[in-house]
Parts: sequence; C-alpha cells; structure tokens
Amino acid sequence: MAYTEEELKKELETKEYEYGFYTDIDSETFPVGLDESIVRAISKKKEEPEWMTEWRLKAYKVWKNMKEPDWANVKYQKPDFQAIAYYSAPTVLDPNKTLDDVDPDLLAMYKKLGISVDEQKKMNNVAMDIVVDSVSVATTFKKTLGEKGIIFMSISEAIKEHPELVKKYIGTVVPTTDNYYAALNSAVFSDGSFCYIPKGVKCPMELSTYFRINQAGTGQFERTLVIADNDSYVSYLEGCTAPSRDENQLHAAVVELIALDGSEIKYSTVQNWFPGNKNGKGGVYNFVTKRGICGTNSKISWTQVETGSAVTWKYPSCILKGDNSVGEFYSIAVTNNYQQADTGTKMIHLGKNTKSTIISKGISAGKSQNSYRGLVQINSRAENARNFSQCDSLLMGNKCGAHTFPYIEAKNKTAIVEHEASTSKIGEDQIFYCNQRGIDTEKAIALIVNGFSKEVLNKLPMEFAVEAQKLLEISLEGSVG
Amino acid sequence: MSLADKLVSSFLAFELDINVQSPVHNIRTEAIKEFEKLGFPNKKLEAWKYTSLKNVLKEDYTIFSKKKNVLEFKNIQNYFLENTETYKLVFVDGSFDPFLSQTSHDGVDICILSAALTKPVYSKIISKYFNTSINKKDSLSLLNTAFSKEGVYIHIPKNKILEKPVEVIHFATGNEATLMLQPRNLIVLEKNSQAEIIETHQSLTSNPIFTNSVTEIFVDQDAHLDYYKIQNDNLTSSLIDNTYISQQKKSVAKVHTFSFGGKLTRNNLNYFQKGSYIDSIMKGITIIDENQLVDHHTLVDHANPNCESHQDYKGIYSGKSTGVFNGKIVVDKIAQKTNAFQQNNNILLTDKSTINSKPQLEIFADDVKCSHGCTIGQLDHDALFYLRARGIPKKEAKALLTYAFANNVLESVNIPSVKSRIKKIIANKLGVDLGFDL
Repeated sequence: MAYTEEELKKELETKEYEYGFYTDIDSETFPVGLDESIVRAISKKKEEPEWMTEWRLKAYKVWKNMKEPDWANVKYQKPDFQAIAYYSAPTVLDPNKTLDDVDPDLLAMYKKLGISVDEQKKMNNVAMDIVVDSVSVATTFKKTLGEKGIIFMSISEAIKEHPELVKKYIGTVVPTTDNYYAALNSAVFSDGSFCYIPKGVKCPMELSTYFRINQAGTGQFERTLVIADNDSYVSYLEGCTAPSRDENQLHAAVVELIALDGSEIKYSTVQNWFPGNKNGKGGVYNFVTKRGICGTNSKISWTQVETGSAVTWKYPSCILKGDNSVGEFYSIAVTNNYQQADTGTKMIHLGKNTKSTIISKGISAGKSQNSYRGLVQINSRAENARNFSQCDSLLMGNKCGAHTFPYIEAKNKTAIVEHEASTSKIGEDQIFYCNQRGIDTEKAIALIVNGFSKEVLNKLPMEFAVEAQKLLEISLEGSVG
Repeated sequence: MSLADKLVSSFLAFELDINVQSPVHNIRTEAIKEFEKLGFPNKKLEAWKYTSLKNVLKEDYTIFSKKKNVLEFKNIQNYFLENTETYKLVFVDGSFDPFLSQTSHDGVDICILSAALTKPVYSKIISKYFNTSINKKDSLSLLNTAFSKEGVYIHIPKNKILEKPVEVIHFATGNEATLMLQPRNLIVLEKNSQAEIIETHQSLTSNPIFTNSVTEIFVDQDAHLDYYKIQNDNLTSSLIDNTYISQQKKSVAKVHTFSFGGKLTRNNLNYFQKGSYIDSIMKGITIIDENQLVDHHTLVDHANPNCESHQDYKGIYSGKSTGVFNGKIVVDKIAQKTNAFQQNNNILLTDKSTINSKPQLEIFADDVKCSHGCTIGQLDHDALFYLRARGIPKKEAKALLTYAFANNVLESVNIPSVKSRIKKIIANKLGVDLGFDL
C-alpha cells in the first residue's frame, strides 16, 4: 500500500510518547508543601544520622532565602514549590531486596521500557541500581562489585553504611549554597546513587542507573555521588524516562564527581523525560546541577544525549584543579515541538597543563529553542592550559531557534583557547542525493542527523549508543518541513 | 553627591541655557527621566559583566566647561592626517572651533548638530532621524540624549559622492580639573551616496576626561559608508562610544575601530539591517598595555533576508590590560539566506593580562550560514625561532609577527594616510618600525 507523506505526517502528529504509561503501585506520599518539618520527616524516614539532618536543614535555610534564577534562555511557568510532595516511595518494599522479591508490577514496567532487569543481569554486563520514584528497588551485581571493593549502592544506604565517605565528600563539589535547585535538592533529596572505586581498581563493568518519575505530582530529587580514588577507573551510565503526565513535573538532581589523583570517571547520560505533547502541554522540568572535580593527572568525561524534558537547564562542569588533568564534554541536545533547552558546560582551569574539550551539537526542530551556554575560564596559575570548543547547531524550519552564549575568560599568557561555532540546516541537495538512492526523506534526515551527531554518539558506551540513536530518531520524527 | 545625581540635577540648568521651545526638548526630558530610573550601568548587568565603570565614575566631573582654551593649529597639527585633503570638524572641550574646522554647505552639509537642531532648514531631517535608532533602555545613550546639544551633523544628499574624507577630532585641553564630554552626532547618507569619516578623541592633558558619545548613522539604499575610529588617547581619559547604524537595502557600512589608548574604552557598535542585500562590516585592532581596558560590544540585527555581516577583531594584550569582546548576532526568522561571520583572535603577552570573550549567536531562521570563531593564544614560538634563525632580532621578529596578525584588518583600510597613521601608532606601541609595507 502506498504510504503518502500526508499519512505519515498525520501518524506522527498523533504519535504519543512511547513510554507514556502509568504503573499503579501503592505509593506512600508525604503531604504536599515544604517546610522544616518535611525536611526532618524525610530525614527521619530515611533513618539518617543527626549530621545528615542538620546538613539538610542548613541547605533548606539557604534555599528559603534564595530566588529562582531567571538568567537562562528559557520561558516557563515557575513551579509552585509548595504544591509538590517531596517524598514518595513504593510501599511494596522488601528489605531483602532480591530480584525475585521485587514487585511484579515494577518489573513489568521495566519490561515495557525494554530493560527487563533479569535480562539485563544475564545478557548485559551491566549492574543496575534501579531508582523508581526515588527509592532504590533493586541493586544487582553488588556482590561481584563487592569483591573488588567497589561500593555501589543507593545514597541512603551509603549514608548508613559508609558515613565517613559520604560525610567527607558530599557537598564538596556542589555546595549547598551553589544555586537555587542545588540547595533545594540538598534539603529534600530522597535517594540516588553512591559509588566508590578504591585505589587502583578498574571497575570491570559499566555502572548504570535508571530514573523514572512515576507518582503524579512528585518531584524527583536525585543525589549522585561518584568517588574514584587514586588511579581508578569507572564508567557510569544514567538513563531517564518518564511516563506521560499532564502537569509539569520537576526534576532537580545533583551529581557530584570526585576524581582523585590519576583516576578517570566517564559519566554518560541519556535523558528522555517526557517532553510534553505537540502543543507544549505537560512535560518535565529538568534543572540539574552536575559537576566534577579533578585531582592531579585525572580525567572527567561527560557525555550527554538530551532528547526529552519540556525545559532543560543543565551544565555538567569540570573543575580542573590538579595539574595535567583533563575535562571533556560531549553533548547532543535535541529539541522539538515546544521544548526548551539551555545546556552547556563550564571548564574551570586551575592547574597547570590542564586540557579541556567541548563538543556540543544542538538540533532544533518544531517551535523549540535550543541554547548552548558555556564557560571556559583559564586562571592565572593554569599554565599551558588548552581548550578546544566546538558548538554546532542544526535548524529545521524557521519556527525554532538556536542560540550560543559562550563565555571565554583567559588570565594566563600561555593559554591556548579555541572556540568555533556554526549554524546550518540540512541541505536540500543532501536530501535529494538520498532520495535519488531510494532513501525516503524521513530516513534521509535521520541519516544526516546521525552523521551530524556521530562525534558525540561515538563517545557513548555501546549499549547506550544504540538506544541514543533510536531516541534521536524518535524525537525528530515529524519535523520534516 | 554621585555623578548620576549631579547630572540629573544639572539638567534643569542645561535646559534653561538652550531653547526650551525646540522639539528636542521633549526627547531630552524623557531621556533624563529614564536615566534617573536606570542610573549608570553596573557589573550586575550582563552587558557590563566584565567592565566596571566604578573607577571612571568616582571623579567629580565638570559637566559644563566654562573656561575656554584656544588651540594653535601648529601645536596640534600632528593629530590631523598627513598629506590628505579633508573636511574638518574640530571640537575643543566640547565646543565647536570654527577656526580649526573646515565645514561645507556646498551640495552637502558637513557642519554641527547645534546648528541643525536650531535652524528650521534642517528640521525635516532632524525630526525624521534624530534619536530614532538609539536603544531606549541603554542608560548611557539616554544620558547623552538628555544633554544632546553639540556634535557632528553630516548630511549627504542623493547620488553624491563625498570627494574628501571628513575628519572629526574632539580635543580636551585641561581647562577644567576634570571634564565630562557628551558629543552627539548625526550622520545621514541618502540614496546612492558615499562618505568616509575619521573620528578621533584626543586629550592634551593629564586631567581626567570622560567622554560619553552617541553617533547615529543612517545609510540609505545603495549608499556606502566607511568609518574609522582611531582611539589613541592618553591614560587619563575614558571613552564610551555608542554607535547606532541603520542600513537600508543594498547599502554597505564599514566601521574600523583602532583601540590603542585610553584608560577605559567601551565601544557599543550596533547595526540594524532594515532591507535586504545589506553588507555590514566591523573590523578592529586592539593593542593595549598597563591598566588599560578595551571593551568591544557589537550587535548585528539581521532582520531581513539575503544580508551579510562580517566581524573581525584582533587584540594584543600586555601589562595588566584587559580586553573584552562581546559580539552578538541575531538572525530573525524571516532573515533567510543570511551570511554572518564573526572572528575574534587574541594574543596575551603577559601573565597579568586578561581577555574575556563572548561571541554570541541567536538564530531563528534555518537557511543561514553563521559561524563564529574565537581564539586565545601566543605568538608562535616556531615562527619566532624561524625568523631569529635568519638573523632577525627578537624584538623585530615579534613585531613582524604582530603586524602579520593584525594585517587582515589593516588591509581593508582604504585611506592611505589612515593606514600609515595606524602603522605608525603600532610601531610606536611595539617600539619597532619595520620600515616596509606588508
């Protein structure tokens, strides 16, 4: 049957968010609103020690006096922080936490997402710390990792079991006073992941977390802390999908990476929160603070594929404190319909011979706005610092926008900084070339976008690269003008 | 009393001094009201993030200069272009000096704004153009508008090609212990006309001078403007230059900014493209040292299809100097087939020098070619070695490389005497004269 372009367009327009379903699990949700007692209650619920409660309260006090920032190039209705429930945990929670004990409903949900836990366990060499509505449900491969001395658990467990490590590092890279959302997160974070790689250990598998927002009207406040001790290596994956909801949901996560001398952390994210429907209704607000600090001879590499969220506000950064340290940032941000993304990175060069690379690819379609905002700062003691930045934008149609706001500050005469940016569209001749060879326009665009993003996709671990490629295609479907 | 308060309260005195009946009266009153609300810009504003006016504004500037100094031509001869016939508009401490100037009313108007604002013959052009292009939210432009009284007025009628360049020089003589100057310029190029203009600010004293200048330029269809700003003032003067250029169909407007002197120099160069097939060109060389600060803020508003803009700014920083570059390109959604290029290259020569660069693109159209590049680096050690291995002393070798670095911009200077003047200043700055043309 002949499949006309009209039909295709119609189908794509009505195409709903693929992962938009709601799993009915009894959740224990706190009353809405935020005050000191809620912060205390969260802390108590998690059976946290006194210092943690105090730390949260301090953050809450800071947050109370802060104003929501509005410098980003995004427009949205400010969330009402008193209308959010700050804690929700699936009530069916077995303390023994083996996979067999996991609520079958939950397992079914992962299956729909194509990430059946036991399959993952058997087929892929991936350990998953699965987070559903903020509480870690299943931690796999814990034993294998344990033999190497690697600690990989939810942060609430870590607070109880390894308080000395958490206490030493939490809030050192992203202080509670850092920004509005980081302060909020510090006060109310419900769960997240904690990872510690001991000295000289190379983590044998990719560590991975899946986030989902399940309960309606709950905010997701994740806290991730990754510590790589001297001369260790870890690759960490973070993936996000959220079911379809009408009201805007808030996601304000904090990720802290600590790469001690000689270590390497690779942090990859595929973010596919619900972007809202084609009229811009609904969708997730994603306000994330991600930052890493590098010791001598260490390396932090951020890779992100951002296809979801109604509003994204995210700047994974590197503080290159140690001499000879390396920071990398590879990013693809795709926006379609009414999505808005303001994303980029900060590279703060403090140590000598520090190097940073920034590759950012922005693709905007529909009526979306896509901004790159980056800072490269070479401080006066950062001798022989080197930076290369490239940000390319691809526009589809004339109803979307692409923006770049690069800040470059150099205070050292030995610094070499390069910045390049270009904006282009998909060439008609490129599409014609593909059409001529029997590739339809939709496929041709996928092909070209894929080529445009290759530099970044290549940096993703294998399993993620395939998924990311699929996501790119899904997000851009129907954007052929 | 702060300078802002002083300016606001002296506005009444200023208005009494001139004709309150004039149509500009309302514009001025409106502007001072807005300025009173906004005050001077501070570092909290995104556009002033890297440049603080604190040190400039702390002086108690004289706003209306009372004493008069007379300048002898032979003493200031050096500041004029050599071997070049020009029209001259010379201002001394803010007042027009008819003896040093050479104006014209022969088919064109090359005269002063105070005449244009008061004489009925000019009222049509004034009401059509005056104060129509400035940013009504920029407090410094508003301040200048409130005190707009004197400056350059150039009107080139249809199909007229100005055969001589116009030289504009603002001298400060130190007649007052401190002085604030606010020249206001209006330049109108009618259809298919051409003009070349060279603007210089020169202080002859070590007394603090603060100039807040606004220039409005209108370039009509097919007209061609070539504008040179030579900023080689001494280290006690500061300059804020706000230039607004509105271009019509198929016109070309070129602005070269050469920043070598001054304590603080801020160039706000704004282009508005109001037709298609327009070309907007901005080029600049900055060579500074000690505690100098030069800040280039450019804005190109691509509002129509098939237009181009080219920006090329080179900077060399030594001592404790600071350079700022903020280039903003906006492409509206109807401005398809836009070609916008922006290049900012910087060399840091000392550890205490700083460069802050923000090349910014805001694009709403898809069929465009926009690119920007920014580099920060040093003189190439291998190239230096190559030259020295061939018997060229270090200093000369460095100078040669510096010239080569800046040459892209120098090449596009069309007036030979301007080019040789710039070369002379660069040679002076580097302490080496190459003695040949590149």
